[in-house]
Amino acid sequence: MSDAVVTPAKSSDAPLSRLQLALRKPGFLIGAVILGISTLLALFPSFFAPYDPNFIDYLAVRQPPSWAHPFGTDMLGRDALSRVIHAYTVNMQMAILATVFALTIGITVGALVGYYRGVADMIFGRVVDAIITFPFLVLVIAVVAVLGPGLINMYIAITLVGWVYYARLMRAEVIAQMGNDYASAGIVMGYSDRRIIFRHLLPNAITPVIVYWMTDMALAILLGSSLGYLGLGAQPPQAEWGVLIAEGRNFITTAWWLSLMPGIAIVITGLGFSLIGDGLADLLRPRG
Amino acid sequence: MTDHPILEVENLCTTFSRGGTALPAVRDVSFALGKGQVQGLVGESGSGKSVTLRSILGLARHYGEVNGSVRWQGQELTTMSEWQLRKIRGREIAMIFQEPMTSLNPLLTVGTQLTETLKAHTDLGRRARRDRAIEMLDHVGIPAASSRLGEYPHQFSGGMRQRVMIAIALAASPKLLLADEPTTALDVTIQAQILDLILKLADEMSMGVVLVTHDLGVVAQTCDTVSVMYAGRVVEQGDVRQVLQTPRHPYTEGLIRSVPQDVPPRTQLYSVPGTPPSLFSLPEGCAFAPRCQAASEACGSARPTLQDIAPGRQTACFHPMPATQEDAA
Amino acid sequence: MTQTVMKIEDLHLSFPVSRSLLDMVQRKPGKSVNALNGVTLELLQGETLGVVGESGCGKSTLARCIVRLYPPTSGQIHFDDQDIFDEKARKDRTYNRRVQMMFQDPYSSLNPRMTTGDILTEALRVHEMRPEAEIASRVAELLELVRLPQDAAEKLPHEFSGGQRQRIAIARALAVEPEVLIADELVSALDVSVQAQVVNLLLELQERLHLTILFVAHDLRLVRHVSNRVAVIYLGRIVEIGDSETLFSSPSHPYSQALLSAAPSLDPDDKGAAIQLEGELPSPLNVPPGCPFHVRCRHVTAQCRTVIPELRALEGRGEVACHHSEEINQYA
Repeated sequence: MSDAVVTPAKSSDAPLSRLQLALRKPGFLIGAVILGISTLLALFPSFFAPYDPNFIDYLAVRQPPSWAHPFGTDMLGRDALSRVIHAYTVNMQMAILATVFALTIGITVGALVGYYRGVADMIFGRVVDAIITFPFLVLVIAVVAVLGPGLINMYIAITLVGWVYYARLMRAEVIAQMGNDYASAGIVMGYSDRRIIFRHLLPNAITPVIVYWMTDMALAILLGSSLGYLGLGAQPPQAEWGVLIAEGRNFITTAWWLSLMPGIAIVITGLGFSLIGDGLADLLRPRG
Repeated sequence: MTDHPILEVENLCTTFSRGGTALPAVRDVSFALGKGQVQGLVGESGSGKSVTLRSILGLARHYGEVNGSVRWQGQELTTMSEWQLRKIRGREIAMIFQEPMTSLNPLLTVGTQLTETLKAHTDLGRRARRDRAIEMLDHVGIPAASSRLGEYPHQFSGGMRQRVMIAIALAASPKLLLADEPTTALDVTIQAQILDLILKLADEMSMGVVLVTHDLGVVAQTCDTVSVMYAGRVVEQGDVRQVLQTPRHPYTEGLIRSVPQDVPPRTQLYSVPGTPPSLFSLPEGCAFAPRCQAASEACGSARPTLQDIAPGRQTACFHPMPATQEDAA
Repeated sequence: MTQTVMKIEDLHLSFPVSRSLLDMVQRKPGKSVNALNGVTLELLQGETLGVVGESGCGKSTLARCIVRLYPPTSGQIHFDDQDIFDEKARKDRTYNRRVQMMFQDPYSSLNPRMTTGDILTEALRVHEMRPEAEIASRVAELLELVRLPQDAAEKLPHEFSGGQRQRIAIARALAVEPEVLIADELVSALDVSVQAQVVNLLLELQERLHLTILFVAHDLRLVRHVSNRVAVIYLGRIVEIGDSETLFSSPSHPYSQALLSAAPSLDPDDKGAAIQLEGELPSPLNVPPGCPFHVRCRHVTAQCRTVIPELRALEGRGEVACHHSEEINQYA
C-alpha cells in the first residue's frame, strides 16, 4: 500500500488563544472595559449613584461640580451624577431594544432573499431603495409622530426603519457565501433549505452583521438621545441622556455641566461599542 | 553553447518572517544560465520555486530577506539599489506571471501599457513606439494588431491576455525572461501555443528563460536544464533528458512516476505518501526523509548537500537511485 | 451486459446574460450563454466515464446539472426510469443520497465552521443512514475508509492540507452510500504527488463499493488513467465518445486529436506530432453556426459551416460528431 495514513497539517494553537489575542489589542480591551462598566451601571444604578436621581432640593439648584455633587446639580437641585448614572439603564436598554429586533428581522429576511433571490429579492430591493433614500432620522421622526412620543413607540420606529440595513448587509453576505462550494455541497447532500440557510450559510455570513450591530448600538444610543432631546423619546422626569442635555440647554452659559456630562457619557459608551466591534471582526473570522 | 553564463545564481537563500518565526522559503539554490538557454524550476506548492524567481529580480526583498548571490552579466543584483534594479527590470530582465488578468492594468488600453513600457526602456519616439507596439502584438500572434491597440484587457481572452503580457515583457528586447507558471491558468491547446511562442522568441532573440512550473510535461517540452525543488531546496538538477529519464533523487522519481503516463489504465498509481512539509515545521535532516522509502537513519539527522554525480548533474541524497542505462526500456 | 444507471437526453442549458441599458434602449434581444447544447449520454453501472474539454466547454455545468444544482433549459435526465427534474422527483431527496458530487476547490467545499466529525455526522443524521447510537462509530469507519487519522474528527477544515480536505469531501459523499459519484475536477487543485494518492483512493473505493463515477477533468492523462469510457466536450456538445483506450490511442474527431496532442509529453524527445490549433475557444455567447469546431478545424469544408454534425457510430471506434471522420482518419 503506497498510500499511507496521512497526518493532518500542524494543528494550530489552543482554541482559547483567539480571545486572548483579541484582548491583547488595546482597543478591544478598552472597549470591553467601557462596556463592562456601562453594563454594571445600567444594571445596578442605585448601587453606584450617590443620591436618588429624582430627589428635589430647592435649596441647592444649579450648583457647580463639587465634592458633594461631582457633576453639580440641576435646576431642581437634583444630583446630576446620579441622574447620568440612572440614565445608563434606559440608554443601554435603548442600545439593545432599538437594535435587537431590527437585527433579528434583518438577518432572517436578508438570509432568505439572499438564498432564494427571484421575485422576493426584487421586491426587497425596491423596499430597500425606498427606505434608504430617506434620511434615517427624518423617517424615524415621521414614524414616531404617527405613533406618538414615548420609548416603546421609538423602539418600534427605529426597528421599522433599521432592519433594512441589517437585511441588506446579510443578503450581500449570503450571496457571497453561496459562491462557495460548501453551499452547493449542502444542496447536493439533499439538506433542507432551512438547514443550509441557518446552519451553513448563516454562521459564515453573520460576522459583518454582528460588527455592524455593535456600531449600530452606538448609533441607537445617539438616535435615542436625539429623540429624547427633541421630546419624542424618553419623557421627563425620566433620566435619559438626551433629556438631560435638553434640560441643561437653557442654562448652557451658566450651568454648562448639565449638558456636558451626559454628552460625555454618550461619547464614551459609543466609543466602547465601536472598539468592541473592531475586535469582534477578528474574533469571529473563521480560520484558514 | 558553452560561452559565459549570463545569469549565475549562487547559494540563494530567501527567508520570510511570519509572526516572529523565520521561514526558510529558499535555501542554497545555485544554477547558471547561458544565452538562449531555458532553465526550468519545478516543484510542488511551497517548494520555493516562485520565490526563487522573485528573488532574482529583487521582488522578494519587499517581504523577505535575500542572501547569496545573483550575478547578471557580471553585475551583482542582490546588493543593487532599488533604483539601479529598476533600470535592469523590464529592459534587460523581464518577467511574466501566472495570472494575466491581474498583472495588466484594467483601466489602461493595451496599447498604452505597451507604449509605456517602451517609453520607460527605449529612446523611441512617439510614432516609433506605436509602430513597435503593433509589431510586438503581431509578433506574439494577436490578429489585427493595429486595431486592438485601443482595447482594454477585459476585451481579450485568457490566452490573448497572456500574449499581451508576453508582448509587453518582450517589448524592450530583454536578454532574460523570468516566467512564473505562464501557462497554468490556460487550457492545454492554448498552453501549447504560448509555450511554442516563448521558445520561438527566446530562440530568435537569443534570450535566456527561467521557467517556473509544476508540470513535468511542460518542463520536458521546453527546458534544456531543470532544477527540481522540494521544501525550499534543490534536490536534483541537470540536463532535462537525464533528470527525467534517469532521476537519481527519490523525490524526482516519485514526481515523475505520479504522472499517469505509460502505466496500465485503472491500476494504482505510484504515489509519494504524505504531504509536503510546512515551512513552519521542517524535519531536521533531509526534508523528504519522512516521505521517502529509501530513507535511512542518517537521513533523519543530517541533511544531504547537493553533490556532483555526473558532469553537470547534481543530486542531494544519501541514497541516490541507481543510475540505470540511458536507454532504460 | 452492463446496465444503464443514468440516461441524459438532449440536455440544453443557457444562462441569460444581463442586458446593458443601451441594449434595452435599442431593443436588442437578450443574449444568453449556451453552456450545454444538446448533450446525450448514458452512464453505465460500475463504469468511470471521463468527461474532458477546455474551460468553458460546459463540462462542469453538465456535472452540476446532474446533481440538480442547475435546472436545464430543456432535455431530461433519467435515473431509475424517473425524470429527476419532474415536479414530484424534485422533492425526493433520496436522489441526492444516491447521486453525490465532489467539488474542485478543497478550500471552499467544506463549511469552515464545522469540524470533520460535524460534517460527517450531519450527512449521516439527515439521511438517517445509521441509528443515533451507531453514528460515532460510522464516522470513525468513514475516516478510516479515506485514510484520515481518527483525531481528524475534532478538527476544523483549515487544519488540513488540500489533499486531506478532498478526502473529507470524499468521506462526506460516501457517508450517504451513493451509487453514483460525480467528481468535478476532484484533484485539479492538488499537487502532483498528492493527486496520485487521491486518484488511487478513488479507484480503490470504486472497486470496493461498486460505484459509478463521472470523472470531469481537464487533465487528459488523469482521465485516461481512471476512465473506462471518455466523452470529449466542445462548446456544450459531445464531439466524441467511446472506449477510453481507443479514443486516446486513436482519436477520431479533429478536436480530440488536437486536444490530445497538445498535452505535453514527459519525454523530451517526443515533441513531434503536436497538432497546433488555430485560435481559441469561441465565446459561448455566440456559438458558430454549423459544426461548432469549424472555425479552428484544419479539415473544414462548406458543409461544416452550415450543417451541425450529429454523433454517429464509427466502425471500430466510438461515436463521433464530424462530417468527415472517415476521410480524416484514413490519413491519420
